[in-house]
Amino acid sequence: MSGAVLDPTTSPAFPMAAKAAMGDTQLRKNVRHATEVIQAKRARVVDEMPDWQQLREAGKQIRQHTMENLDFYLEEFERNCTRSGGVVHWARDAAEARQIVTALVKASGSDEVIKIKSMTTEEIHLNDALEAAGIRAYETDLAELIIQLGRDQPSHIVVPALHKNRQQIREIFQREMNLPELGEKPEDLADAARRFLREKFLRVKTGVSGANFLIAETGGVCIVESEGNGRMCLTLPETLITIAGIDKVLPRYQDLEVVLQLLPRSATGERMNPYNSIWTGVRAGDGPQTFHVVLMDNARTEILADEEGRQTLNCIRCGACQNACPVYRQTGGHAYGSVYAGPIGAILTPQLQEMHHAQSLPYASSLCGACYEVCPVKINIPEVLIHLRNKVVKQNGLNAESLAMKTMGMIFRSEARFRAAQRLGRMAEAPLVRKDGQGEGWIGWLPGILGGWTQVRDLQAMPKETFREWWESRGKNGN
Amino acid sequence: MATEIVTNSAARAEVLRRICAAKGGASDEAGVRAAWAGVERGYRRKASLERQAVIELLEDRLRDYDAHVVRVGRGGIAVAVGEMLAKRGKRRMVVPVGIEAELLPAGFEFVVDEGLSASELDGFDGVMTGSTVAIAETGTVVLQNVAGQGKRAATLVPDYHLCVVRVEDVVETVPEAMDRLASTAELPTTFFSGPSATADIEMTRIKGVHGPRFLDVVLTGEL
Ligand code: SF4
Repeated sequence: MSGAVLDPTTSPAFPMAAKAAMGDTQLRKNVRHATEVIQAKRARVVDEMPDWQQLREAGKQIRQHTMENLDFYLEEFERNCTRSGGVVHWARDAAEARQIVTALVKASGSDEVIKIKSMTTEEIHLNDALEAAGIRAYETDLAELIIQLGRDQPSHIVVPALHKNRQQIREIFQREMNLPELGEKPEDLADAARRFLREKFLRVKTGVSGANFLIAETGGVCIVESEGNGRMCLTLPETLITIAGIDKVLPRYQDLEVVLQLLPRSATGERMNPYNSIWTGVRAGDGPQTFHVVLMDNARTEILADEEGRQTLNCIRCGACQNACPVYRQTGGHAYGSVYAGPIGAILTPQLQEMHHAQSLPYASSLCGACYEVCPVKINIPEVLIHLRNKVVKQNGLNAESLAMKTMGMIFRSEARFRAAQRLGRMAEAPLVRKDGQGEGWIGWLPGILGGWTQVRDLQAMPKETFREWWESRGKNGN
Repeated sequence: MATEIVTNSAARAEVLRRICAAKGGASDEAGVRAAWAGVERGYRRKASLERQAVIELLEDRLRDYDAHVVRVGRGGIAVAVGEMLAKRGKRRMVVPVGIEAELLPAGFEFVVDEGLSASELDGFDGVMTGSTVAIAETGTVVLQNVAGQGKRAATLVPDYHLCVVRVEDVVETVPEAMDRLASTAELPTTFFSGPSATADIEMTRIKGVHGPRFLDVVLTGEL
């Protein structure tokens, strides 16, 4: 995978890429370790919260309400941001967004930028566009730096370099920072990154960021992070360019009280992340004096138009579904052929990319429901997967399967029905077994298209318990 | 500048048109406001602990995040600050405009930030500020650009941050903090929970990447 751009239009379909990933034992070990650590931390800090379910419900309602009134809140954000000295731009698609950002960087008079980790800029392959325009982009998030220097691709939306272990990181830093003596303790590596980047923070005059939230009521932008590299990028440069999907807007300042509780606990298992920054336009003597926001559609309105797929836009990019997903944990992120991997990638990528890879990504799931359970804004990922499979099936005109998908969709829309069906262990089994003869019984949950996965897994105990129960007990036994 | 940048009104109109088409019409203000008010907020919005317990929780959570915390009465701040600086071996500190003089002990150099550059800030041993609000449940301190707290870069570039938190500014939950911040929501605002940290390398928490690596908190006031 290294070096290849994760572009759904060109990368191999999931089953083929998954098969390759399954052969990389180091990668699988690294991914498993990282996701297990985050999952355990997440479970601990979520259990502390007596009102977690109420927070999730509020999160879901706020996001739903925002999508239902997206035009209103975007215009409100634009008005308030402009009033505070920001400049708002709109981009219909990735090409337009790249063009606007490139032109803004050039206008800032700089031929280099410091960047905060942003999946939105990954989505549009911004760094390549900047490079083509003669602009050097420095990634400043430690994980993104590892990926940039290693000419690799992100494999997780929160911890993009979780597929690399310390020895691999050390090799990259030794080579790229010219530090042959570099130690391999995590502290040594972090220290090398600190020294490497500090000079850039103090020198480079233009910053590029994504946004976690745009606040319509105030025109403010909120970024959450850990390392302080985000604060450096959005405080020290003279010009700051923030690019955000139109789905990132929040109605009011008060709504931060919900998402700032849901996001860090779900994403990194922290009660709050080390740093949250909120800024509104420009302020004399504090931070960049030129501030641009690019509001990007890039197929988000198409998702909005699809009533059943719309909830995909509620995502706050915490990555919890990736950590919880048995398929992601086996294959890592690159197999998804997109910067959005795991369950969220399986539903977001085909929709963002005009159903490229729709033939395989909606099948890159065991439909075990773990992603739905951990999602802080209660996105029913299995339901959307079924909906997308249904679309695929319709395109292919397979009516028996289409009917089965409808039944599955009906079951997934109700958590109680889903649980009951799981306990019965017979849910929609027969019609789901694919006619090509691959997979049977519960393995039917992993349609045969996922051959790369099922061939390597030991699924012998499956019929006695649900996949979900099996997975949970497997995790507890630590094997 | 701005020769190549034309605010793209065609793109704006098109995106808004697509949104309205997707959801079957434009939203009107009254309807939006009413619908927002209808969002169920069944989560905790008020404190549930006694004040003493809230302060102890904050101390506990700050320590959990590798901050060093001392608790002193109002009159004892300067002495406590002096002790902390001496222990850390810090001599030359930057302070924001408007910091109260009685917080600053003798025997150290305090330079007021009246527009220092990032490189100049990088030359200090540390920074000392007050704070706006602190959240016990999450171990978080919030700074805004006001007198005594200053601009964001000043608490970011130096490697050490000493922060004074008054007990009356401590709340238990995140919603209580957001209530307090609402009236000054448009000021540049930074939440920090412990010193800078990363877990990007094998999920091991490493203190201090780009922000201050060391954080001391003086918690002050009587209960
Ligand atoms: S779908 Fe839910 S769990 Fe997955 S990244 Fe988005 S918000 Fe997090």
